[in-house]
Amino acid sequence: MPTAPAPHGGHGPAGGWPVDPSAPLLLLLLAAAVAYLAAAAAQRWTPRGWSGRRCALWLLGTALLAAALLPPMAEWAHRDLRGHVLQHLLVGMLAPLALVAAAPATLALRSLPVRTRGAVAGVLRSRPVHLLGHPATALVLSTGGMYLLYLTPLYAAAHAHPPLHAAVLLHVFAAGYLFTWSVAGPDPAPRRPGTAVRLAALLAAAAAHSVLAKTMYADLRPHGSPHPPDQVRAAAELMYYGGDLAGLLLAVALFAAWYRRAGRAGTRRPTREAIRRGRQ
Amino acid sequence: MPHATPAPPRPATRTLGAAALVGAGITAAVDEIVFHQLLAWHHFYDRATPRIGLLADGLLHAAELIAVVAGLFLLADLRRRRAVAPLPAWAGLLLGAGAFQLFDGLVNHKLLGLHQIRYGVDLLPYDLAWNLAGAALLAAGTVLALAARRGGRAGPD
Repeated sequence: MPTAPAPHGGHGPAGGWPVDPSAPLLLLLLAAAVAYLAAAAAQRWTPRGWSGRRCALWLLGTALLAAALLPPMAEWAHRDLRGHVLQHLLVGMLAPLALVAAAPATLALRSLPVRTRGAVAGVLRSRPVHLLGHPATALVLSTGGMYLLYLTPLYAAAHAHPPLHAAVLLHVFAAGYLFTWSVAGPDPAPRRPGTAVRLAALLAAAAAHSVLAKTMYADLRPHGSPHPPDQVRAAAELMYYGGDLAGLLLAVALFAAWYRRAGRAGTRRPTREAIRRGRQ
Repeated sequence: MPHATPAPPRPATRTLGAAALVGAGITAAVDEIVFHQLLAWHHFYDRATPRIGLLADGLLHAAELIAVVAGLFLLADLRRRRAVAPLPAWAGLLLGAGAFQLFDGLVNHKLLGLHQIRYGVDLLPYDLAWNLAGAALLAAGTVLALAARRGGRAGPD
């Protein structure tokens, strides 16, 4: 049987799903947005408050996820590899950057009753979470997963079976979130390795990402897909530059956190040069 | 006169280092924007590129991205402590830019053969202009760095 892709619109908006998944997905994202805003509003009354910037970042992250997963983009992503790359950039890199920066775990910890808070903090400090949240693990899960998707028959399989593609997208999001949090997340991360280790993980991820994009360009990967060569090359370039943007933003998040920490330390220990200049 | 300023020139060295990171990153960005995108002289991928070249290029590319962000935040931190002097900053910027330009011209274009400056032309004048520009930036940076060292030692600033 020829491997022509099924015509779109024939099975309704979801193309291949028994039930249209976009309504429950939209509800889930709305629920996430409402829950965060409600918790943030409750925190507004406490002395510490909650930042409006973080609320905006959370809304941005959920909006990016909705834009990436709802039918217009989802159908383009199925037809066209450029759409697929854009969808994965949004789901695996840009949405996680905004969501991680919104510090949802900090908000949850502050909102929970004291007893539950202790239990959650215990889980965060546990050995499995420590191992899973190490930048090296997160790097293998996120970037390693991408190599698996584009260099093995997994892409063709996911393209043919929408539930498998949904599982792939869920992995891309979870691994992207984990990596972003492990490298530059403001949420509590007990026993997080130092800046040098996290920078090395970011360097390795950005390098591996650009090597994969150029390999896809050179070898016309993924194999076994219905996409024409010009589209694959354009998609690989989009992946390369999109990865640059995400890497740049993640580096900014990492160094901005360092800058704030150094500022707090710097108020106690100014350099000798600064003291000398200050006296003039 | 060494007894005039007993404090070590550490902030100046750090300024030079941070500015060098920014300089290298800016040259890399100019290369990407002007030669890859605007002129389309460089190719995104050259069929002659060996696989090890792709790996080296990926690492270098990632390092450039991080270098420019790291350099800007390090400079911002020094500025916040009022420890940035203009001379070491300019010296670092030029040294970083020149070193990157020369590295790109010699190692990336020639040794690794990632891509060439332009295709379908006699490469020699292009290679000469590229690498001489790098050497000139490096020389200007060295002159400024030496001047910064003399200035840092001679007067009370």
